[in-house]
Amino acid sequence: MYIDIDELAKEFGTSRALHPVSLSIPAGALVALLGPSGSGKTTLLRILGGLEFPTSGRVLFDGKDATGMSVQERRAGFVFQHYALFRHMTVFENIAFGLRARKRRERPGEAEIGRRVNRLLDLIRLPNIGGRYPSQLSGGQRQRVALARALAIEPRMLLLDEPFGALDAKVRKELRQGLREIHDTTGLTTIFVTHDQEEAMELADLVVVMSMGRIEQIGKPADIRSRPSSDFVRAFTAA
Amino acid sequence: MADIPVQAFTPVTTEHRHFRAVLIGISVFFMVILLFAPLATIFATALSDGWKAAAEGISSPDALSAIRLTLTVAAIAVPLNIIFGIAAAWAIAKFDFRGKAFLITLIDLPFSVSPVVAGLALVLLFGSHGAFGTWLIAHDLKIVFAFPGILLATLFITFPFVARELIPVMIEQGRAEEEAALTLGASGWRVFRSVTLPNIRWALLYGVLLANARAMGEFGAVAVISGKIRGETTTMPIMIEMLYNEYLSVAAFSLASLLAALALVTLALKSLLEWRFAGQLAATRRH
Ligand SMILES: Nc1ncnc2c1ncn2[C@@H]1O[C@H](COP(=O)(O)OP(=O)(O)OP(=O)(O)O)[C@@H](O)[C@H]1O
Ligand SMILES: [Mg+2]
Repeated sequence: MYIDIDELAKEFGTSRALHPVSLSIPAGALVALLGPSGSGKTTLLRILGGLEFPTSGRVLFDGKDATGMSVQERRAGFVFQHYALFRHMTVFENIAFGLRARKRRERPGEAEIGRRVNRLLDLIRLPNIGGRYPSQLSGGQRQRVALARALAIEPRMLLLDEPFGALDAKVRKELRQGLREIHDTTGLTTIFVTHDQEEAMELADLVVVMSMGRIEQIGKPADIRSRPSSDFVRAFTAA
Repeated sequence: MADIPVQAFTPVTTEHRHFRAVLIGISVFFMVILLFAPLATIFATALSDGWKAAAEGISSPDALSAIRLTLTVAAIAVPLNIIFGIAAAWAIAKFDFRGKAFLITLIDLPFSVSPVVAGLALVLLFGSHGAFGTWLIAHDLKIVFAFPGILLATLFITFPFVARELIPVMIEQGRAEEEAALTLGASGWRVFRSVTLPNIRWALLYGVLLANARAMGEFGAVAVISGKIRGETTTMPIMIEMLYNEYLSVAAFSLASLLAALALVTLALKSLLEWRFAGQLAATRRH
């Protein structure tokens, strides 16, 4: 699915989180929203996911206006910064949640749900943890479960808010590779937020550099490195 | 280097052993004096003329009517306060709106106002000379000195219990899990039922038990608004006071024993649930 963001702006009371921004994301791309704290990355991602509504501007999915579409209709696989796993459910039930929440007509049977959950547990390479509770997992395992839960609804796109933010350097590297593989096998349009420029450059096909609610530059990692459009981009991606 | 391992074995709490014994002694002493002794006295006095006299004390028509009234009021007030409490806690914990601080203060109002004053306020509002008095009389509605008044007073007094228990838990848990459920396609009702409610169920249960105990035990506000009409508007606590003032101690104390027993049953129920679901409880609290 391709996504067009057209003059999107968001105000919280009197403060502007997002100045009008425009951006086109081709189908199947792996995009990084890169910028310092408070630059509006999460706000933009939440608007795409339908968790926040813009003050003005439009969002288009496959060319169709989706600005007012409800969060449920969007079917965006969303991975939250601190994973937001359901703490009172086992890993299995967490992943099955989206399937069970479907309308009766579209809901798969119990056996089919079990098959799909187990396939996802294999995909994230944690086949034997279905019976555990989130509190019994490591940070990296929780992150992968959150990803599996988002994939279970057969999403139209994948949105991840600092997916590796709370993890140590070694685990980050592994999971980065994992996300790349999952993106390549599913072919889903994927947008992830990060303030780690190395992570954005290494992983993404397209990097969107943001600062103070504005998009500073959009480009391939190599182009942003070799031809930064402003001093801010140069300084921020130099590290 | 050599003395580091010695430090490593120091216990986390450094209080002296005797000091700890004194602390435990003080708490046990107060528990016995303030909690156990009074309860024991109530049961002992109730049974001072034997089981039969005690049974007669709680099976007189007036006593039976008081028991029925108290249970009915609790059975209506508690569910209503569950709904109010969840709604108020939800609004406060999950949304930002103007007047939020004011709403929190308002929820605490029944805690800070004396129950007698609350009862008087209701009489002034709904009594025959009150603000709504003429309207109520014109429509033949009786609130003061009748069942609706007792229910209103009980609702007012027990209002904070559920909300107070839920607000800190809901604030601590934030909105993230609910938002995750929404992105997974769940409807608002399903999010509430399968994410919000399970996460707050222990706090909710605790609030409900407290509200129930208070609903059955409330004296001051109900005494003012009920008019104490024997066999009609006397709840258990009021009936106990009347019997006691008439020097019918065995009857008074048997009814008091029954009221205390109801409270003990709710406590036992809570402990039982906590014991039964200890594993789940630990899983939801950690994280
Ligand atoms: N619910 C809200 N109410 C008011 N202001 C908000 C709200 N959410 C975000 N903001 C403001 O909008 C701006 C952008 O916030 P946003 O969370 O999008 O930044 P971010 O780029 O994700 O930062 P970080 O890297 O720290 O997560 C910030 O100035 C923030 O204070
Ligand atoms: Mg953010």
